[in-house]
Amino acid sequence: MNLDAVIFIISAIVAVLGASMMIFQRNPVMAVLSFMVSLLAQAVLYIQLDALFLGAVLIIVYAGAVLVLFLFVIMLLNLRTTKELGPSSSLMRHLGKYFLSFLLIMEFVFIIKSSFFKGASLVGVMNMKPEGFGTVTSVATLLFTKYLYPFELTSILILVAIVGAVVMARKDKNIDRPTENKLGKN
Amino acid sequence: MISISSYVIVAAVLFGIGTLGVLISRNIIILFMSLELMLNAASLAIIAFSRELNVIDGHVFVFLILAVAAAEAAVGLAMVITLFRNKETLNIDRFNLMKW
Repeated sequence: MNLDAVIFIISAIVAVLGASMMIFQRNPVMAVLSFMVSLLAQAVLYIQLDALFLGAVLIIVYAGAVLVLFLFVIMLLNLRTTKELGPSSSLMRHLGKYFLSFLLIMEFVFIIKSSFFKGASLVGVMNMKPEGFGTVTSVATLLFTKYLYPFELTSILILVAIVGAVVMARKDKNIDRPTENKLGKN
Repeated sequence: MISISSYVIVAAVLFGIGTLGVLISRNIIILFMSLELMLNAASLAIIAFSRELNVIDGHVFVFLILAVAAAEAAVGLAMVITLFRNKETLNIDRFNLMKW
């Protein structure tokens, strides 16, 4: 067993364990931190697949920005009780859901093992990669030539998301005023 | 070297865990993170196939998916804040205004 296999097995286990710890946590802050651990392991898998740029982007954008946004919101909301949140303790009520998810995973594994990768063993041989696969240069060359229009459209999407988030999270003054008047009268 | 199929199996397991999280969680923030996990699992599968077929287009796809996920997180968390302001809870069983 060589070093690649060891790194793969460790990071795969950490990714799966972090993800399953995330969905079974009652405390949302702990759930975010577990998801962060899972994401770091996934970034290792990306880098093993020669996606060097995307591994860095995953850590910077996801673990660095998106999950910190989640943490901000959790701390902003000032949750008093976490008792009724989180998965319920009775296993029997959710048995069907666990079974369905297990069936989904088994179905995926069956399809992967039977069709495209027929006869592929767990420890196999990757084909040779071309020169400079997955570096910033190669991704950027494609992004700014072949996929220029989707890239530009993404900027419009982000602009719409900024405006939408501000409009939705803003306190609506038209709704607040009548209740204040009512309170004043009473 | 590890063969590509094992990476795709890891992606499938992560996707299944995300599905389970969407089904069983009652906290809307954890449900939202499970959706992000499913998105990540799909990205991992795309990168694995991109490596197998030696085309770099998959990386561009995943880059765009990351941008869309960041935008979606911003809008979704704004919706969570609005929901919490109106209902004072994050339990998804309480959000039953449109339940018939």
